Amino acid sequence: MIKLYFGRFTKNKLAFGGALLLAALTLCALAAPLVAPYEPAQQDLTHRLMPPSAAHLLGTDDLGRDVFSRLVYGIRISLTVGFVAVGIATIIGTLLGIVSGYFGGIVDVIIMRAVDIMLCFPTFFLILLVIAFLEPGIYNVMIVIGLTSWPGLTRLVRAETLSLRHREFVQAAELLGLSRRRIFLVHILPNVISPVIVSATLGIADAILTESGLSFLGLGVQPPGSSWGQMLTAGKDYIYVAWWLSVFPGIAILFTALSFNLLGEGLRDTLHSRQ
Amino acid sequence: MQNYIIRRIIHIIPVLFGITIITFGAMHLAPGKPTDLMTDMNAKVSAEAKNRLAQLYGLDSPWYVQYGRWLMRVARLDFGASFRDGKPAISKIAERLPATLLLNILSIIFILIIAIPIGVISALNHNRFIDRAMTVGVFIGFSVPAFWLALMLMILFGLKLGWLPISGLHSLNAGDLPPLARVFDGAKHLVLPVFISAFTGLAGMSRYSRSSMLDTLHQDYIKLAYAKGLSRRQIVVKHALRNALLPIVTILGLSLPALIGGGFIFETIFAYPGMGRLGYEAIMARDYPVVMAVGTIAALLTLAGNLIADITYALVDPRIRYK
Repeated sequence: MIKLYFGRFTKNKLAFGGALLLAALTLCALAAPLVAPYEPAQQDLTHRLMPPSAAHLLGTDDLGRDVFSRLVYGIRISLTVGFVAVGIATIIGTLLGIVSGYFGGIVDVIIMRAVDIMLCFPTFFLILLVIAFLEPGIYNVMIVIGLTSWPGLTRLVRAETLSLRHREFVQAAELLGLSRRRIFLVHILPNVISPVIVSATLGIADAILTESGLSFLGLGVQPPGSSWGQMLTAGKDYIYVAWWLSVFPGIAILFTALSFNLLGEGLRDTLHSRQ
Repeated sequence: MQNYIIRRIIHIIPVLFGITIITFGAMHLAPGKPTDLMTDMNAKVSAEAKNRLAQLYGLDSPWYVQYGRWLMRVARLDFGASFRDGKPAISKIAERLPATLLLNILSIIFILIIAIPIGVISALNHNRFIDRAMTVGVFIGFSVPAFWLALMLMILFGLKLGWLPISGLHSLNAGDLPPLARVFDGAKHLVLPVFISAFTGLAGMSRYSRSSMLDTLHQDYIKLAYAKGLSRRQIVVKHALRNALLPIVTILGLSLPALIGGGFIFETIFAYPGMGRLGYEAIMARDYPVVMAVGTIAALLTLAGNLIADITYALVDPRIRYK
């Protein structure tokens, strides 16, 4: 079974490329001290705003910090934000979706109304509002992105659960008098998990993009931490003299989001064509 | 049809309540008051004076009482006065709304003109080189941080090549130009904001038209049309395209929140005089009445867009009305 999936997955070159890229990024993040030639916060005021060279692969910033090293450490932030935010959204979305689809009735109406409300919200406005009024910072960013990105998944899981509820194995489990918790965890969850995985993978890309946007506006990671979005903001002021400060962090964000998007789409093809 | 429209309008009301309550609650549950911004810098302000100030703006009662009061005023179309300059929030928005509507409508037109052909051509050449190339392009589109792209294009077209202006909606001397030149001047200012604003929607929309077209091409009536001996051209244009593009209307409605939400960041980057930038500035200044007004109007725009999309869909596809 796994072999079958794996075979199908590796045949999809784009998805496989995405997975490889992601593996490389993860490795870099874990081994950041080994990969990065300099300390990310190490300043060298004699080498400010140096263009890319052999000593500084991607140049240095206004404080003489090595851009490449800062980018490598930045992977950690982006991946953490992506996984934590999507983790929160996935738990909320799956739970509400199963509950809504399984119980139906008034519970379903209330949850679906909440989904409608969230889907009509210009989400970025809400995120901006909450972060600006709370303390700007990386933890708030993760939590708020997580708390605002569950509605799509809820709809998806609800639809799957609705079709499962009347299937024989669920009915049998009910007749056997199994507890609700057991029915949810053992009989429904495994059957809705593949769309959840796909949507989570694609969601990570979105979360990373949102975080970079917030950091760009100065609401995400606070200095001296180095998130890619915040590096872009800092680089923006030197755009006439040091293009590398604005170009490379953007490319880093692009490739990270791309790896998750390709992987997610590949997983969709792989898991979807099961039936 | 009438019943359908009435049902859809009634459906809007609870959603609008929900959105305003969340916005209001989020704003008021945060620590600190907007009056702190006025008083923190001044060591001489006594606690009593602070309280008086809070009372003046009605900030001393619990948030749900304030929400009730806000609702009563909004029922009379009074969104209150800005904390910053005392101007009515609604007239501040009225100043900015046309620019935002212009930007969003142009973006939607641009998205449709570009995305649908990409999707359709991709689907018609399923799994061939051109489909794969477009798919890769679409995925890169999904993954580009749009604000970064905005920055890059500003450098390229604005600074290096000098072809396009990079901020605002008019040149400083626009008032002295003859009418035609003035329109041209405005159009030049719109190119980059419209492109960036549309860009975020492009990838999703072309992906959607591709899969919708692929689905349609596998339908029985298409096979029948082939069996009947119709030409491919006839089949694609007359049978497939019409059916495949129907659901696009709905997707367009669903993409509105992202479009309007994007405005908060793009309008700020391009110093575009729209509602998004007004909202961003109001959030940063804790200007409660303006934040609430922008949130409410943005939600109304989204809901109105959805309503129009749904009604259009019901008009062109009679099956929907009777569900």
